[in-house]
Amino acid sequence: MPGSMASDNLIELSGVDFAYQRRPVLTGIDMAIPRGKVGAIMGVSGSGKTTLLRLIARVVKPTRGEITVDGKLVNELDQQAVYDLRRRMGMLFQFGALFTDLSVYDNVAFQMREHTDLPERMIRDLVLMKLHAVGLRGAHRLMPSELSGGMARRVALARAIALDPMLIMYDEPFTGLDPISLGAIGNLIRRLNDALGATSIVVTHDVEEALELVDYVYYLSDGHIVAQGTPDEMRSSRDPLVRQFVYGEPDGPVPFQYPARDLATDFRLPD
Amino acid sequence: MINVRAIGHRAVDGIWRLGYASRFFALVLASSGTAFRRFRLIVREIYFAGVLSLIIILVSGLFVGMVLGLQGYNTLQTYGSESALGVLVALSLVRELGPVVSGLLFASRAGSAMTAEIGLMKATEQLAAMEMMAVDPVARVVAPRFWAGVISMPLLAALFSAMGIFGGYLVGVVLIGVDEGSFWSQMQAAVDFREDILNGVLKSFVFGIAVTWISLFEGYDAPPTAEGVSGATTRTVVTSSLAILGLDFMLTSLMFRGI
Repeated sequence: MPGSMASDNLIELSGVDFAYQRRPVLTGIDMAIPRGKVGAIMGVSGSGKTTLLRLIARVVKPTRGEITVDGKLVNELDQQAVYDLRRRMGMLFQFGALFTDLSVYDNVAFQMREHTDLPERMIRDLVLMKLHAVGLRGAHRLMPSELSGGMARRVALARAIALDPMLIMYDEPFTGLDPISLGAIGNLIRRLNDALGATSIVVTHDVEEALELVDYVYYLSDGHIVAQGTPDEMRSSRDPLVRQFVYGEPDGPVPFQYPARDLATDFRLPD
Repeated sequence: MINVRAIGHRAVDGIWRLGYASRFFALVLASSGTAFRRFRLIVREIYFAGVLSLIIILVSGLFVGMVLGLQGYNTLQTYGSESALGVLVALSLVRELGPVVSGLLFASRAGSAMTAEIGLMKATEQLAAMEMMAVDPVARVVAPRFWAGVISMPLLAALFSAMGIFGGYLVGVVLIGVDEGSFWSQMQAAVDFREDILNGVLKSFVFGIAVTWISLFEGYDAPPTAEGVSGATTRTVVTSSLAILGLDFMLTSLMFRGI
């Protein structure tokens, strides 16, 4: 966020380019998320939002530019250091990505068992606490196939915060949820961020929900950041691209029609 | 000209994929430490790959043995040597049919399930989630399944052969009335432990490596879509079956060339 001191930012990207098989996906990205805040990355489908999360978690490396997470330059980390960094990050995937062969309980306990030597009794208490935080303590025996979409998303959220991460990333957390679950997830994102003293990044195209809960918005289009600001600034923006997105207008700078030959040619009209 | 180029593309793609599969194999071997330190991970997969394949293996073994008993008796009877029925049944099973047929069944029962499972884990981002939790999916998901397959396959083949011999006994001795003493004693005299049984076990061990490797690779490499996973599952069965038959010919020609 402009104006904040460098050391206050948990995440900083400067001049980041990313290309996939020589096709540019992101170009010249400058971004900063201060500690303790909830930042949103918004934009239409295919604008490179999810790629940004993958860059921050060092699933992929940038072709150019620098990415700093908690003061560490992630470009140069080796595999072990990347894993050490990821233990302090939690990520909520679009549809939860729960392990289908494990129960709700074992899903939340997964990282504790993989990364710590905690006795099973303590793991039990921790798991039930995390599940309680998302309102699903009573569902700990269920299998993922027995959960509704909204419940699965909440279990995945409990799993993402299992090790009290410093950074929580959300990839399209609202997709395909009913209004009640959607409100519950939105509420949890804000509450958990503040309660855990974490920093969050929400990738979404769900305008209303996101503008209610985040502190700052980066608007991405075609791999560039074309607008940024607080939710209020986004709502009152005069930028036609932002307006079209925020108010869901079908036609505008993002055209309704897929590029095609001109109408007269396709319908064989006489000149 | 275009056809030539297409053929060239296919050949290059095939070789590239083979190289990729080999690197995957090396990665699985190198990442096997966790699986052996936490042997329960392997045991769990042995249940899914091995124990759940038992019914199809045992029933098929019984029927293959029974058919061998019938056909063998019909042919041997013409030469008046029906007392050699036990030898015929045992050698066919231990040397060839046991490893090969149980390998084919294993590929279609357990191999396809492994491909579908890994492919779906990839399609639903479970592998990506694991990677994000700083857990290596090759070490945690793939390697235990690999070793479970390699351990299960020879055991399943042995059970198949044992069940087949029992089937041959049922038809030959109990039903048709071949002399029981000569059935067993001739079998005991003619079947060599090293030449026949160990070579059979070795074959099934090799098939186990091939089938599990192919199944896991196809799943891991599957495009993360519904069509991708179903295509990969089909390829697993086809490729594994061809691999088993090809390897069987090579192994047989190496093992039994003195005969």
